[in-house]
Amino acid sequence: MMKKYKEVLFDPIFNNNPIALQILGICSALAVTSKMETAVIMALAVTLVTAFSNFFVSIIRKHIPSSIRIIVEMTIIASLVIIADQIIRAYAFDVSKQLSVYVGLIITNCIVMGRAEAYALKHPPVESFLDGIGNGLGYSFVLLTVGFVRELFGSGKLFGYTIFPTVNNGGWYTTNGLFLMPPSAFFLIGVLIWIIRTFKPEQIESE
Amino acid sequence: MSSDSIKKTLGVAFAVCLVGSVLVSTAAVGLKPLQIKNKKADLIRNILEVSGLEFNEENLEQVYKENIVPEIIELKTGEKIPESQYTKDLNPDDFDIKTLSESKEYGMPVQVSGNIPDPGIKRMPKYMIVYKVVKNGSVQKYILPIVGKGLWSTMYGFIALNKDLHTIEGLTFYEQGETPGLGGEVDNPKWKALWRGKQAYDENGNLKIEVIKGKVSRDDPDAKYKVDGLSGATLTTRGVNNLIRFWMSEKGYGPFIKKLKGESAV
Repeated sequence: MMKKYKEVLFDPIFNNNPIALQILGICSALAVTSKMETAVIMALAVTLVTAFSNFFVSIIRKHIPSSIRIIVEMTIIASLVIIADQIIRAYAFDVSKQLSVYVGLIITNCIVMGRAEAYALKHPPVESFLDGIGNGLGYSFVLLTVGFVRELFGSGKLFGYTIFPTVNNGGWYTTNGLFLMPPSAFFLIGVLIWIIRTFKPEQIESE
Repeated sequence: MSSDSIKKTLGVAFAVCLVGSVLVSTAAVGLKPLQIKNKKADLIRNILEVSGLEFNEENLEQVYKENIVPEIIELKTGEKIPESQYTKDLNPDDFDIKTLSESKEYGMPVQVSGNIPDPGIKRMPKYMIVYKVVKNGSVQKYILPIVGKGLWSTMYGFIALNKDLHTIEGLTFYEQGETPGLGGEVDNPKWKALWRGKQAYDENGNLKIEVIKGKVSRDDPDAKYKVDGLSGATLTTRGVNNLIRFWMSEKGYGPFIKKLKGESAV
């Protein structure tokens, strides 16, 4: 049993990463990764929302009529996201200003919906909860890696602290504007997928 | 009973909605006071920052209360609105540029003509809040809200004007969604510091301040009227230039400034 939980929890990080293998949730991964701070808060919010939506969907899974299945899942997810948004606004005001609409857009993040559909409907609550956390961690892993590279090379900082003093502030580092634009995340995620698949060739789709 | 019967379907839908709405409204209502407090503290922090007053997170509100006097003016005439005419939406505590711009009673469409640049917004308030920085009973600076479009977003900020009414003391944007690292550099303290000491008007009261593309040359005789643009952010720079020139023109604070000058001449 323990082994199974462990698998559910850690598999989505490398073996079955929602972004790198399932290619879900790319949109927000492009939008909020120009800084570590926003990436961390976003990763945290998505992890918690996925875990709890999986949990609640799983609890009532035997009572959800299949005809309104998706609407019921959406209602649960939307409620959780609004609560998360309200909490961020109350306790992390500066970050909420930067994340702006993206917290609300967690509702449409395919990872949350995808896990509710694919996993929580068929598994008991505790496993579903762990699956949510696991997939959230997988998402976080990609977000933080991309955020790290983008903030470091894009603005010479990490978590807002200067690592490379930039030319604008009298240092030596000329910032690379491309890393601050959303398309750079596409390249970085592509490179990440490449690296993961080099070490785990079984993830390569057959042609 | 099967989960797919109509009765059960309606029942589950109703129950899920009920639980969801209760949770959401509890969170929204319960956290509201904290959110309002954050918003207010954020506004105060921005006002104090542009005012150049010394403050820290603890004495924020105290410094604000002791040094800043807000008042509401009518833009067209530059007249101060007496407290007796304050209403639910029009008062210094609840003054919100967005709400007032949209309102039928307090907002108006932005009309530009001649050499006044377009700030990129469609509507603006008929009234504005101005913050006076008062020391020992006399006004030191005026802090004026400014708003206009950058590349992606509507930017909200403040400009601080010295009591001589032509020297700029500071500039800040408290809400903007420009590209981080490029246009988002409107937040960079180094860039903001460039504004200090620049002249908004020349001796004859003509509007002169502008944000140029590139760096201001040191031997430029008009250097005191010019501010460096943000590198790599031509459109944000243009937005800042347009909105500042708009708000400092007769469509913006022009009448208010003229009136103040008249008063000090007497």
